[in-house]
Amino acid sequence: MAEVDELARPASPRDLFLTFNWLALQGFGGVLAITQRVLCDEKRWLTVDQFVESMAVAQVLPGPNVVNVALMVGDRFFGWRGAFAAMAGMLVVPLVLVLALTALYAQFSVHPAVSGALRGMGAVSAGLIVGTGLKLADALRRNPMGVPVSVGLLVATFAAVAVMRWPLLVVLPGFGVLACAFAWRRLDGEARA
Amino acid sequence: MNAGPDLLALFGHFLVFSLLSIGGAITVAPEMHRVLVSDMGALTDAQFTASIAIAQAAPGPNILFVAVMGYQAAGLAGVAATLCGIMLPATTLALVVSRWGHARQDWRAVRAFKAGMAPLVIGLLVATGWILTVQAPGWSHVVLTLVAALLAWRTRVHLLAMIAAGAALGALGWV
Repeated sequence: MAEVDELARPASPRDLFLTFNWLALQGFGGVLAITQRVLCDEKRWLTVDQFVESMAVAQVLPGPNVVNVALMVGDRFFGWRGAFAAMAGMLVVPLVLVLALTALYAQFSVHPAVSGALRGMGAVSAGLIVGTGLKLADALRRNPMGVPVSVGLLVATFAAVAVMRWPLLVVLPGFGVLACAFAWRRLDGEARA
Repeated sequence: MNAGPDLLALFGHFLVFSLLSIGGAITVAPEMHRVLVSDMGALTDAQFTASIAIAQAAPGPNILFVAVMGYQAAGLAGVAATLCGIMLPATTLALVVSRWGHARQDWRAVRAFKAGMAPLVIGLLVATGWILTVQAPGWSHVVLTLVAALLAWRTRVHLLAMIAAGAALGALGWV
């Protein structure tokens, strides 16, 4: 991959801590959108393809997906020290804030302007997740399964989860096994060609 | 000590939730509700719902709703029990698996997994955003979500600016 040459890397575990802390503090209603933007666009520590790969691993494993991505990114650059720094960066300061907010919540949640603002923020943060998905779809251009099959799988997954409301534990193994088997065969053809 | 067994039980339950939380901790919320509210009586129904809402409103990963639950159930010791419980198994597993995969990134099986799962992961993201927005009543909510999605996809408008605009529109009662 030619893009790899242009990639940067974090200077130290401290740099990881501060970066993940800074991006977590900007993530209202979820940090995935901002994580993708900072890691791929601003810092250039990962390509979009690498981000999707990390998400794929995080998604099939238990645990909070973005925190797992932070952990893997930290580990990739500085081993377990980096993993710990990235995870701590993502959790520590937001934890203090969320506990403070818990103490205040009862007083403010009844105020209509506050609940309205939260609703508006919720709508935008849902949009940011959708927008991130569309941005990452760019990685499918380079998928060995080919664009039509990849897009078909994307749409099928969306329909199964969002429209049919099938449980993840059915969708991920069901479509996952089919998709990985197909990719396996395509990679075989690629190797012979 | 009176709270001792409760904290240990809380920690134990969250260790199990951690291993069940494929696709994110929020997917175990129904199970958490059953254990924490119905079985243990550690939280009221309203506290449970508020925990998720507060974590959504605050900056940072949504997993922190688990910490809010711990806080409401047993103060700071509760936070330690729930957060360590949910993080330990999942993070250990994530590190082991990602190292295993990284060392074998040229293996055909590893490449097939990454290629095969990519469209599913992206489809899931779009679905997550969609489900979050259609749960709320009213079309203006969906329209705002779609505009934000378009801007995040196609432009470099700062994400915080979009969140702030959403907050302002909501506070004015337009959403």
